[in-house]
Amino acid sequence: MDIKSNTIRRRSNWLLTVFLLFCSLTVLIPMYITLTTAVKDRQQSANSLWALPTSWHWDNFSRAIAETGFWRALCNSLLLTAISVILAVLTNSMVAYAIARNMNRKGYKFVYYYIVSAMFIPFSILMLPLVKEMSLLGLDNLYGLIPLYVIYNLPFNTMFYVGYLETIPTSLDEAAMLDGANTWQTFWRIIFPLMGPANATVAILQTLWVWNDFMMPLVMISKQNQFTIPLTQYMFQSTFNTDYNLSFSSYTLAMIPMLIVYLFAQKQIIGGVAAGSVKE
Amino acid sequence: MRRRKGPILMVFPGVVLLFCFMTVPALMGMFYSLTDYRGYGGWKFIGLSNYQNLVKDSSILHSYIFTLGFAFLAAILTNMISLLLAAALTQNIRLKGFLRGVFFLPAVLATIVIGYVFNFIFSQAITSIGKGLHNDFLSRSLLGNPQWAWVAIVIVAVWQACAVTTVIYMTGIESISSDIYEAAKVDGANRRQVFWRITLPLVMPFVAVNMVLQLKNQLQVFDLVVALTNGGPGTATQSISFLIYRNGFQGGQFAYQSANAVMYFVLILFISLVQMRLFRSREN
Repeated sequence: MDIKSNTIRRRSNWLLTVFLLFCSLTVLIPMYITLTTAVKDRQQSANSLWALPTSWHWDNFSRAIAETGFWRALCNSLLLTAISVILAVLTNSMVAYAIARNMNRKGYKFVYYYIVSAMFIPFSILMLPLVKEMSLLGLDNLYGLIPLYVIYNLPFNTMFYVGYLETIPTSLDEAAMLDGANTWQTFWRIIFPLMGPANATVAILQTLWVWNDFMMPLVMISKQNQFTIPLTQYMFQSTFNTDYNLSFSSYTLAMIPMLIVYLFAQKQIIGGVAAGSVKE
Repeated sequence: MRRRKGPILMVFPGVVLLFCFMTVPALMGMFYSLTDYRGYGGWKFIGLSNYQNLVKDSSILHSYIFTLGFAFLAAILTNMISLLLAAALTQNIRLKGFLRGVFFLPAVLATIVIGYVFNFIFSQAITSIGKGLHNDFLSRSLLGNPQWAWVAIVIVAVWQACAVTTVIYMTGIESISSDIYEAAKVDGANRRQVFWRITLPLVMPFVAVNMVLQLKNQLQVFDLVVALTNGGPGTATQSISFLIYRNGFQGGQFAYQSANAVMYFVLILFISLVQMRLFRSREN
């Protein structure tokens, strides 16, 4: 390569960087407005919505925490996300393992297509009768959401895991079986520990989905002490929508847990989302 | 014997749960769509009259036009912007980590909260600038305009969807061997030629993935409609999901909206099959 083309390249990179920084304002400005409005008082917002706050009103947050029942909602969201992510990883990988190693048998092939064919069913198609069914079972509440979250991604997760399991040689299974291990032992002791990257991807996608989901809690939960964080924002909005500063402290609080996780695990999250989507 | 039992027991609970929470409600929905059930009280069979009324219902028709138009436009715009963004982010730029982090940020935030933030931006922040400039167009909220409120939903949907789509395109572009780019450079290709002749054709499989993903997601638009317009002004931005939710749960139209859900399912199935056909024929 000659020197000339290198210098051209380096110069235009700076240009591109500046251009991309400019584009990133589309993300940064909404974040800026969220954070600044959250700490202003009514008078400051009336003067200018765009200016930096002249004095910082941290008490907006304590008011928002009290009004939305933030701690309760945080606990509910954490519990719901943690339990359903763990269960989804443990059970969905197991289902996929049983199918992947028996694809040559008709029954398993049928089960595979039965599960995967559910992938394109949007929740809104099921929601009316589902809520009816869940209330008959006494499961139209926070706890009833757990089996739904564990099972609704089974179609995608099965496909994803089966694809991944093809990269793990069956000779490992055979060796374990020869040593006298049964199917359960083979899976939990030998295969599951080797599925780390796939488990991480499923866990990341599942976390983002459950934590941020609004529609399922909306139709399933009616008791205020069971609200998840997205649901509290909705309920809060319909009662206090004129107090912008209070609303934005509430939005900020709702964003903070995920922002913290994102700050520390950005690479893993982006990698997980990329790995999961490309397989679809 | 032990070997045969193991895998069945592994699959069985999952399949039973899937049957209970997906297949059963789907069948229940089809059953109710043939009745006049209002969500409470008694009901009787009325055959296919719900479906006959659906086809004649102008608010249903409007929600299908809105949802389809919205989904296709949002998916196409998302893909165009993301592809360019990914092409730029994979160059030798400065602050690469920071920029990638910022552009992916919308993907980790709850759509409902993003919707509320943008609701404020459209109705207060932008109009305050408009008033300062004495600009008539900017000082009226886009969300209050029955004709153009859907544009606001497209903007926010694309804003959020670009995050994931860009990452997928970056994966695609980074998987292209650098030898090809070197060869193009030796042959004297310029930047534009490299993008159109090399990058674009080689990321075509990713375009397919992203179009399928985005269409599927955007056809289900709900959170943004709730947060930005609540279906309004009037009924201008009622998406299909929103209509099923609002009228099915609160409007006493349980059976009627169940029929709508069945119709919606047929539409989704049709679109998925067409997409699979299209992309399969391209692969051959």
